[in-house]
Amino acid sequence: MENLNSYLIVSAVLFSIGTIGVLTRKNAIVIFMCIELMLNAVNLTFVAFSRHLGNLDGQIFVFFIMTVAAAEAAVGLALFIAFYNNKESIDVDDANMMKW
Amino acid sequence: MDMILIPAVNMAPILPEILLSVLAMILLLINVFSPGGQKSSLAYISFLGIIAAGVLVAIGWGVHIESFSGSVVLDNFATFFKMTFLVAAGLAVLISDSYMEREGCNQGELYPLILFTVVGMMLMASGTDLMTIFLGLEVMSVSLYVLAGFNRANKKSNEAGLKYFLLGAFSTGFLLYGMALIYGATGTTRLYKIAAIVGQMTVPSSNIMLVAGMLLMMTGFAFKIAAAPFHMWTPDVYEGAPTPMTAFMSAGPKAAGFAALLRLFLVALPTLQVEWSQVLWVLAVLTMTVGNITALRQDNIKRILAYSSIAHAGYALVGFAAGNGTGTAGILFYMLSYAFMNIGAFAIIILVSKKGETNGNVSDFAGLGFKHPLLALAMTLFLFSLAGVPPAAGFIGKFYLFSGAIQKGYIWLAVIGVLNSAASVYYYLRIMVYMYFKESTEEFEWVKVTAPVALALVIAAAGTLIPGIVPSVILEYAQMAVKLM
Repeated sequence: MENLNSYLIVSAVLFSIGTIGVLTRKNAIVIFMCIELMLNAVNLTFVAFSRHLGNLDGQIFVFFIMTVAAAEAAVGLALFIAFYNNKESIDVDDANMMKW
Repeated sequence: MDMILIPAVNMAPILPEILLSVLAMILLLINVFSPGGQKSSLAYISFLGIIAAGVLVAIGWGVHIESFSGSVVLDNFATFFKMTFLVAAGLAVLISDSYMEREGCNQGELYPLILFTVVGMMLMASGTDLMTIFLGLEVMSVSLYVLAGFNRANKKSNEAGLKYFLLGAFSTGFLLYGMALIYGATGTTRLYKIAAIVGQMTVPSSNIMLVAGMLLMMTGFAFKIAAAPFHMWTPDVYEGAPTPMTAFMSAGPKAAGFAALLRLFLVALPTLQVEWSQVLWVLAVLTMTVGNITALRQDNIKRILAYSSIAHAGYALVGFAAGNGTGTAGILFYMLSYAFMNIGAFAIIILVSKKGETNGNVSDFAGLGFKHPLLALAMTLFLFSLAGVPPAAGFIGKFYLFSGAIQKGYIWLAVIGVLNSAASVYYYLRIMVYMYFKESTEEFEWVKVTAPVALALVIAAAGTLIPGIVPSVILEYAQMAVKLM
């Protein structure tokens, strides 16, 4: 598999885009989408390694990550709704009641 | 056509986890069919379940079983940490009911969520595969996000849940990327196999993928144990979350983070110890200093304890940086005694605060020593223990953590730790000064100590005092736990 490096580069770029998105975006849902992008970059890394190494551990790991990401999305969106109900906004700048 | 062999599965190592998960699901069902408002019975059932799980865990002391093809192990290390988690959860359950009643968010889902959190933490402590550790971590975290935002009507609680969720999920990304790189560098996710493969490398520290993976995993866990510079979420989440959950969060998940990190580094990456102990050295100094200095200028008592909990993670990291028997046994001892003293202190904060979490400033403790001498005395004991004054357990814990560092030759690390510990006395003493030397403006007529809270306070006080006077009752077990890992 001489292509391993290209996969790793793509996933590293995806991971970085996700990280930058988390740090710069203000809307909680967009931030969460960026986190999902990071997780999927990890999934791509796992699958590329799994194919390269010829063992299935990495692909099984990916199944677990996808399952957990779904559970996290359920909980996260519920928290967003609770926040929205009280604040009428989903902007993280409005999460400013507690500082220092 | 290859035969697919299904390996024999020994369920014994995860019996406590099974018990708690089944109990949590039964409680969810009971909650649906029980009339609203009265949720005390759920608290009692889950407390009994925690005791039963404690018995199951205690039976496993001294046993060493690997199961699920080596992805879960039952050993003394796991057993010790499981006990710590059960102590934290048991105390949290005891102090929850009256608080939730007062705040009007007495939904019965609270107790199943606490139990699921414990299951996740137990899997983290006994996992010997990156997948098991990751799954345990997520079972724990997802339940904790809900617990932090549990008081849906309270804006601060909403905010705490939101912040904890976003930053927790963000840190999971780093952790997973680290795990992926370790998998790529070694070709396996089993900790023992990783250790064997890394051991065969000629110069493991020159393997960039391995070192980057290690650092990314450390970043992910540093978020979970609230180590600086990844601690920014801690004060906000601890302040906003319902107080019993803050108490639980500061004791249980922090211990679980240390359990997983210790097993990961000491079992899978001992050949990189020179590298990781240098990083931990820096993390420990930063964490202690940032936690203590920021705590000095806080007025809200939950925030003070939040920053103090950051500082305590720093003390534990001192023992971790040392990485020797004394230091790691010190971490185990410290995490258990920290569960007792911190949850005890939070129990008193709950009693003194009023509905809507008002009355939570240091000045609101003025005169408590005259109106409620016993409560003030217990608070004094917990604060002395947090500050590390003998004869409380906190002193013995710090003593072992710092002497581990000295044995390893990290004299400066121990010196910085002791200086930090001395600085921390200021903000703990400040609370005591208010309790005993300030005129009381209030009658504290709202302070009602219910039977479960009283029981929690007695257990916490005993757990803080007895190991301080007779350290061997816990320390011997802690030393046995780290020996056979």
